[in-house]
Amino acid sequence: MSATQGPRLAQFKLVLLGESAVGKSSIVHRFVKDSFDDFRESTIGAAFLTQTLKINDNTSVKFEIWDTAGQERYKSLAPMYYRNANAAVVVYDITQSASLERAKVWIKELQRQPNYQDVTIALVGNKLDLEEERQVSEEDAKLLAEQEGLLFFEVSAKSGDGVLNIFQEIAKKLPVEEQLNKIHQKSASKVNLQRPSTNNQTTCCA
Amino acid sequence: MDEEYDVIVLGTGLTECVLSGLLSVEGKKVLHIDRQEYYGGESASLNLQQLYEKFKPGRTPDESLGRSRDWCVDLIPKFLMANGELTNILTHTNVTRYVEFKQIEGSFVYRWDKINKIPANESEAIYSSLIGLFEKRRLRNFLQFVANYREDEVSTHKGFNLDVDTVDDVFNKYGLEEGSKNFIGHAMALYDNDDYLTQPARETIERVMLYAQSVARFGKSPYLYPLYGLGELPQGFSRLSAIYGGTFMLGTPIKEVLYEEDGSFKGVKIEIDGEEHIAKSKQVIADPTYFPDLVKGTSKLIRTISLINNDQLPFRHNENSGQIIITGKETKRTNDIYMALIGAEHKACPPGKSIAICSTIIEGDKPPHIQLETAFGLIKVKSFDHTFMGLSDLFEPLDDGSKNGIFISKSYDATSHFESVTEDIKDIYFRVTGKPLKLTKLEEGEFNATA
Ligand SMILES: Nc1nc2c(ncn2[C@@H]2O[C@H](COP(=O)(O)OP(=O)(O)OP(=O)(O)O)[C@@H](O)[C@H]2O)c(=O)[nH]1
Ligand SMILES: [Mg+2]
Repeated sequence: MSATQGPRLAQFKLVLLGESAVGKSSIVHRFVKDSFDDFRESTIGAAFLTQTLKINDNTSVKFEIWDTAGQERYKSLAPMYYRNANAAVVVYDITQSASLERAKVWIKELQRQPNYQDVTIALVGNKLDLEEERQVSEEDAKLLAEQEGLLFFEVSAKSGDGVLNIFQEIAKKLPVEEQLNKIHQKSASKVNLQRPSTNNQTTCCA
Repeated sequence: MDEEYDVIVLGTGLTECVLSGLLSVEGKKVLHIDRQEYYGGESASLNLQQLYEKFKPGRTPDESLGRSRDWCVDLIPKFLMANGELTNILTHTNVTRYVEFKQIEGSFVYRWDKINKIPANESEAIYSSLIGLFEKRRLRNFLQFVANYREDEVSTHKGFNLDVDTVDDVFNKYGLEEGSKNFIGHAMALYDNDDYLTQPARETIERVMLYAQSVARFGKSPYLYPLYGLGELPQGFSRLSAIYGGTFMLGTPIKEVLYEEDGSFKGVKIEIDGEEHIAKSKQVIADPTYFPDLVKGTSKLIRTISLINNDQLPFRHNENSGQIIITGKETKRTNDIYMALIGAEHKACPPGKSIAICSTIIEGDKPPHIQLETAFGLIKVKSFDHTFMGLSDLFEPLDDGSKNGIFISKSYDATSHFESVTEDIKDIYFRVTGKPLKLTKLEEGEFNATA
């Protein structure tokens, strides 16, 4: 209600999961840079991106996006990957039915996480532009999502169809107000190591 | 099926993970294996369940301790120096994105039957109750000398040659009393015994500088600690390594180490999904447990972990975390006892609880828990129901790996911070790559895929 409310920014951690080559990184790149690469290599280097989405006149949601980096290949994903995730996007490839099976395993894995109740999960079928090669029917995947209580989308990172919508719908589900209130209460702050040291923090009596 | 790597890394302790990350960033092809299902080895943080399995098998945690997963209990008590080398590596590699840090609230030394805040600079020293009035002037002069010391300005050297003059020489010139010497050496330079006094002064001066600069960086204490425990650090660096192409396999025992005819390293035999594979490399980096025949024990450490209630915290000003050094002098021992206290503020345990980790080098044949008596007294631990005790041998490699390509890390020692760990990291890096570690800041852009 305060009269002088400036722009507000709530930050959330979003993780991507899914079999190799289903298009996780492509979805992120479409969302963050609105670009697509037909020859994207398996993720190297780009595994941490951010993108801000305006949800109303003075409020924005900043996604801190964690893309898997190959640690999942031999079941070696570090627990820190899931820690404090607010949202998870589980991706499969609509032209590969095996990739949906793998997605189910990831959903189970997510359900084992301590903060599972607080995580917004979306099941996403990618490569919608390859309709003629489809192996997974929309109905089957949708049913799975309903049973597990997940958001569901079919998209194409290549054409861009539906990608932005995933993140907009997720943003609607995130506890934005709660998060913004928390920021105000925070007292003992975390230290920012990237900021060069300044001595404005009083050590003591000097 | 068989594949060739530039470097194979065995074990996911902090040393191994930092090296794995640094080498991957350089474009080396790294295969990283751990026989255990979780990251971190000795530098992992355990939940209650895991803690009991390790130290009190067959017993289930008390209900009063709350949920298992709310605990992240370290096995080794170490903090990061705010201006130390590990902090430096973290910021240069941007691993700070994955790990959040908070300050440790205080740094104390036990003296005259109570704990005293360690003065961190000349102005704090003036107010400290630790030091007598006349001594304050002398201590202040000494700390000023350290603060102004510049390697390339002879006028700041005050006539000392730090490579020749001993610590004692310098202390005596400033007329410092035993008490001040003791806390400069132990609480600021963080030596755990008195051997340093007869050594050339340079290292001690540098350590005091590091301490003072670390305090100056964020205030309160020189120490930082990651939220959710130290176990986050190896995980953060493993992610760095993976992002740059490193391959990770956990829960993968080494079935056999393969050697060339001349005895040098050739590779390892592993099993993936019931199928045997051979991974080849000319170089291997490993923690001591992977090559027990190629290491020697140096000393024995006792470490205890006590899960306590916050009313057992020994602080006087409601600090929620801290380090306490009980110097050898206070307990008539040679080696200091270190106590690290952390709690819910660092997300290491549920609210209302704290974790106290004590460690020291074992001396003589008194039972280990007697050696730590003073420490237990401070945190009012009378029964050992919620205390876990472990003896660890500290190992170091028999040779430097230059002949056989086997580079073994040292065990995590008794010191209270990571400076010796980063020294080992840099040393191994040098031996593996043939060049000294030069940290260059990874730019934002380098994190973006080549589009
Ligand atoms: N036709 C089509 N191809 C796509 C689409 N999205 C991704 N691809 C292609 O699929 C391949 C894999 O895409 P990535 O985004 O690298 O997949 P990933 O899931 O990140 O793979 P990993 O990093 O190995 O786990 C690339 O060749 C992309 O060009 C899409 O919507 N349609
Ligand atoms: Mg990818």
